[in-house]
Amino acid sequence: MSGKKDHGMAPRWGCGFAHTAAGDVPLVSTRLERRDRLDAWKWRWGVGRMQAAIAPGLYGVGDPDPRSPVLVTANYKLTFDRLRRELDGLSAWILVLDTRGINVWCAAGKGTFGTEELLARLQATALDRVVSHRRLVVPQLGASGVAAHEVARRSPFRVVYGPVLAAGIREFIASGYRATPAMRRVDFPLRERLALAPVELRQALKWLFWILLALLLSDIVRGRGLSPGFLAAGLPFAAAIVAGTVLVPALLPWIPGRSLAWKGWLGAAALAAGWLLVAAVPLAAGLAYLLLLPPIASFLALNFTGSTTYTSLSGVLKETRIALPLLGASFLAGLILIVVRMIGA
Amino acid sequence: MALAYLKNVATLELRAEKCTGCGMCATVCPHGVFRIAAGKAEIADRDACMECGACQMNCPAAAVSVRAGVGCAYAILYSRLKGRSTPSCGPEDGCCGADTGGGSGCCS
Repeated sequence: MSGKKDHGMAPRWGCGFAHTAAGDVPLVSTRLERRDRLDAWKWRWGVGRMQAAIAPGLYGVGDPDPRSPVLVTANYKLTFDRLRRELDGLSAWILVLDTRGINVWCAAGKGTFGTEELLARLQATALDRVVSHRRLVVPQLGASGVAAHEVARRSPFRVVYGPVLAAGIREFIASGYRATPAMRRVDFPLRERLALAPVELRQALKWLFWILLALLLSDIVRGRGLSPGFLAAGLPFAAAIVAGTVLVPALLPWIPGRSLAWKGWLGAAALAAGWLLVAAVPLAAGLAYLLLLPPIASFLALNFTGSTTYTSLSGVLKETRIALPLLGASFLAGLILIVVRMIGA
Repeated sequence: MALAYLKNVATLELRAEKCTGCGMCATVCPHGVFRIAAGKAEIADRDACMECGACQMNCPAAAVSVRAGVGCAYAILYSRLKGRSTPSCGPEDGCCGADTGGGSGCCS
């Protein structure tokens, strides 16, 4: 019936259409299927990332009418799924902005979840003909990209900032579009810190390949030939990578200090020291490990800043400026120590 | 246990004389940096600021300013390698959502 308006495409998780004054709007299910969960798992591990984008436009859940609330979100499939899952039993419109498959907060920082895109999407969907009210519920984390007063000035709609998490949306709507202070705050619980571990780990594992290659080459140079011994030698490095990407994020609030690079260094140094003592590794070799391993974890922990919900640009710039030369120097000293010992032997 | 980042680094500025006390900054801030007292906004916890820029973006009186950006070491290093002045994320920057990866978990 519609054709003209840019309403969302009928997706596989669709369930019919809502007939509106501006054409048919696809309705979507509020129940996730096994395939949706599998998608989420695959994306976490980096399989087929680019399919994470869904078609932007207007969708509906339940039995929406012109008085139903309009919830604005990003076209990252996992974000969309997280939102629709919270809407079971409600009737609402979902306005999906084109953020190129990126979640609300990151896209808002980038500006793709922003005032211009929102205004363009209001036009494209003819939302003013679909609903009789003029309230847009924009997720609070979208506020880095959306200027509420600009939207009010340039469109008939006005922005109401909803809760940080989709989980709060039901209560937010029920309480007359009022957020509790807790709904407005971002935290970074263990569950979330660990959810990112697969991505971080996958990114870091390519380093292990180069480390193993270096160890293999050093075996060959030293005339030890091809033996699986280099794999065992790679274990401490693998442990440093796991420490930097999984262990330090998991223990983040309990490792002393504020700098992520410091936390990573400290965590790995403590682990390495414990291992060197227990395994009674000779002093010179132990020192080499202490120079090499903590910088790896430290650098990875520093990179984790991009995944946290509380680090600032200024802070990370400062950390990077101070930590990188130190980490580089430590790693280089470790390498020199190893080469010197190899020549000595 | 609350996570606290580096002290005395945030570039957040509030010009009280411009503030109309609308409270938008306090609404959008995800870290409770602002509070409204006697019809004006004030900075209650500057060190909690992560420079996301939401307050600046939503202040109708342009009373708030902050160097907004991504607190992501990967983006900073990547932009430095590419000779760019401001770190940012997104597929166009070879980071989040790009085929080549994106070095940070934020990207997922």
